[in-house]
Amino acid sequence: MKIIIVGDGKVGMTLTEFLSQEGYDITVIDHNPKVVNHVINTYDVMAINGNGASYDILVEAGAARADLLIAATSSDELNILSCLMAKKIGAKNTIARVRNPEYAQQLVFLREELGLSMVVNPELEAAREISRILRFPTAIKLDCFSKGRVDLAEIKLPERGHLAGQRLCELYRICKEKILVCAVQREERVIIPDGNFVLAAGDKIHITGTHAALASFFKAIGMFKEKSKHVMIIGGGKISYYLAHQMLDIGVDIKIIEKDEARCLELSDRLPRATVICGDGTDQDTLIEEGLASSDACVVLTGIDEENIVVSLYAQSLGIAKVITKIDRISFTDMVESVGIDSFVSPKTITANRIIRYVRAMQASGEHSVKTLYKIVNNQAEALEFLIPQDCTYTNIPLKDLPTRKGILFASIIRRGRVIIPGGDDHLEAGDSVIVIAVAEDFIKNLEDIFM
Amino acid sequence: MNYKMVAYLLGRIFIIMAVLMCLPLILALVQKEDTCVGFIVAVLAQLLLGFFLCKRKPENSEIYAKEGLVVVAGCWLLTSLFGALPFYISGEIPSFIDAFFETVSGFTTTGATILNDIESLSMSALFWRSFTHWIGGMGVLVFVLAIMPKSHATQSMHIMRAEAPGPQVGKLVSRIQNTARILYAIYIALTLLEVACLCFAGLPFFDSLLNSFSTAGTGGFAIKNASIAAYDSAVVDMIITVFMFLFGINFSLFYLMLSGSILQALKSEELHWYLGMIGVATLLITLNILPQYKGFLNALRYAVFQVVSVITTTGFITADYEQWPVFSQTILMILLFVGACAGSTGGGLKVSRVLILIKASFSQMRQQIRPRSVTALHLEGKPLEAGVVTTVMAYMSIYAFTFVASHLLLSLDAFSYATNFTAVATCLNNVGPGLDAVGPVHNFSDFSLFSKIILSFDMLAGRLELFPMIALLSPTTWRRR
Repeated sequence: MKIIIVGDGKVGMTLTEFLSQEGYDITVIDHNPKVVNHVINTYDVMAINGNGASYDILVEAGAARADLLIAATSSDELNILSCLMAKKIGAKNTIARVRNPEYAQQLVFLREELGLSMVVNPELEAAREISRILRFPTAIKLDCFSKGRVDLAEIKLPERGHLAGQRLCELYRICKEKILVCAVQREERVIIPDGNFVLAAGDKIHITGTHAALASFFKAIGMFKEKSKHVMIIGGGKISYYLAHQMLDIGVDIKIIEKDEARCLELSDRLPRATVICGDGTDQDTLIEEGLASSDACVVLTGIDEENIVVSLYAQSLGIAKVITKIDRISFTDMVESVGIDSFVSPKTITANRIIRYVRAMQASGEHSVKTLYKIVNNQAEALEFLIPQDCTYTNIPLKDLPTRKGILFASIIRRGRVIIPGGDDHLEAGDSVIVIAVAEDFIKNLEDIFM
Repeated sequence: MNYKMVAYLLGRIFIIMAVLMCLPLILALVQKEDTCVGFIVAVLAQLLLGFFLCKRKPENSEIYAKEGLVVVAGCWLLTSLFGALPFYISGEIPSFIDAFFETVSGFTTTGATILNDIESLSMSALFWRSFTHWIGGMGVLVFVLAIMPKSHATQSMHIMRAEAPGPQVGKLVSRIQNTARILYAIYIALTLLEVACLCFAGLPFFDSLLNSFSTAGTGGFAIKNASIAAYDSAVVDMIITVFMFLFGINFSLFYLMLSGSILQALKSEELHWYLGMIGVATLLITLNILPQYKGFLNALRYAVFQVVSVITTTGFITADYEQWPVFSQTILMILLFVGACAGSTGGGLKVSRVLILIKASFSQMRQQIRPRSVTALHLEGKPLEAGVVTTVMAYMSIYAFTFVASHLLLSLDAFSYATNFTAVATCLNNVGPGLDAVGPVHNFSDFSLFSKIILSFDMLAGRLELFPMIALLSPTTWRRR
């Protein structure tokens, strides 16, 4: 499949990396010759130096035969124009990154009238992910499947707790809830555990289950944290705006600290119910004065990774229940984890995940395709959701007898709105949604790929 | 330096070279020639070393520009050493340095020989000699890239760049592996076409095949002492002229033509200059040598063959051009430096590099006269990227230094100045014949062993465009990161 990526900034580069690993034919267009050189040297792709909205450049990049064009330059207008041009030249699908909140209302028009296949807004996506975690702060990260029916939560096992030293098959005895530990990260390794797996302190575990089941499980093991009620947001960028908007709607008390006075005015104009403070969010006195110590949660969203990390460490030292940090450079993630920051979001990874999911789904025919995809455990494993089609040949066979490939685990089955945490005797039925965890070497593009 | 990964890649190359060497081995066995022992030893040695190095894939498979340069230089040096074994073991070339020189000359598509009597070689040795041209022409590593499993190919651009000729390397398609495959497909198709044409012109199959190998790599090893003149056929001359010309064209133009953009391919600026230089040179030489030959057409036949043979850096011979006037000889020696188009199998400076130099020089001259004027340089209708001109200038200086140093070292042998000068020029540009003692009817056998080693280095440096061989000599390359 032929994919053109216009603009190789943070998101474009992440996409180039992931998609070229998955074996697609990729052509990158960027106006900076240095970026073009870097891309050619680092990844197995073709790169063209030029303006991604210029007819000649698009033709040269082969837009006429492209299956997909992804426009991810820093300019919304250029992205939209580039998609429109490519569509007219003959590209089958187009994805534009549009981040300006003023355009957010016209997304439907962009999709339906202008023919864009998908419009992604990294800041909005990041804000959604943060708000999910804030609603369920026990988890370091939280992903949803099947319109929120099933949650996939990541937690880190504390030094002293009920779980360390437990066998997984004994978990049900402790909490009487139907949950499933589906992936464990121990140091750098990913493990897909079986019933005899023994947990250890410091493991990061990924658990699936319904929201309610997870909540009572965490209560049973004494790790449950209440939903955040008083949230302090440091930095007043686009993510802060979207996040505050979402949190205010569900009645959470929001305080935003932003340096720039004009931006503060704008925020207070658009978010009348939020408290907007004009001050330096990296200044200790300001933070104390504004009551950081008494908030339930602190979300650090300034534009500089280093500041975010330092402020987060400070907030953690004050004993705040939940600290979420924005990290832009993924090369930092290992280091961030090692200094003890667990909850962090990276807008570009989130965006890249959304687009990769779309690409995989596009490649598979119709209903066999991937419905949801998250990369978990530092991109080492994937959680995928499929719909079992009517003509599937693997239905009504107990899971333990299915010829699944190595490194595949059935995490949940959603049957007529009810969530089943599957055991070896459960089976698949047509119309089910099934959630699968995969650490396979090859990439899973459709349902058939998980079987031998 | 990621030594483990370099060793692993070299191991893979040895295995592939061993497989390729099975072709002359089979020929030797079928013909029951003594050379088969030499081939068996070389094949086994490469297989053993290859499997030993490839035993385990290193965990860290990252390679960067430095590793790319070292892999390419190491690969060419070591495969030349192994490739020399059959000649040496069978005793057909008694001195190992001579055998090494001959093999390097083969792989680098130079075509300079130390053999006084080529026709006395066995068939399998002749085959291997010409086959090294064919392998070296498109590049050993490009071949490896074409057949390597996908997962290794991510950072192989560093390798491709180090091996491919020309100032700028463009991929034809986004996957490097597909690019390599397309290049080889074009290469094989053109070679087969030439074999068919030569057979049709009445040459025996063996001669057609071997001469096609030499033409395809723009090498120049002939299988007759008198080179192509031995056939004394105007048709054969014409066929080989046309194919030498074709193999001197940038292969991406063939790909453009195949994918339907014939007009766009014909618009190539480099192609125009390449054609223009051949045209002007042929015309001048034809007029110049007219008194020595009967009739214009006869003179044209020898002139065009020699011009194309030298500009594509093939080095085939149909006429002893040392009997020509000095004016004609000088034109040929100038063309020898120009070389073929970038992205072809030819050597030399490359037409596009010469073009960039000419344009940059003119723009500099304008700058001297009108210091405030600003001119953007274009090549193929596109603005040149900022670094390219500097890189080409740097290439030119390093080329000059290498030239001066080798030709100083060579002067220790008691040969004429013309001999030494053209010997270095012809080796560094991968052509083959020069003037005087290395002229078209002579060979390199009289040089001292030391000079042969220097010239072998020059051939490798010329084929790999200097940087890989220089990187091999630089201590910073060998430091651990």
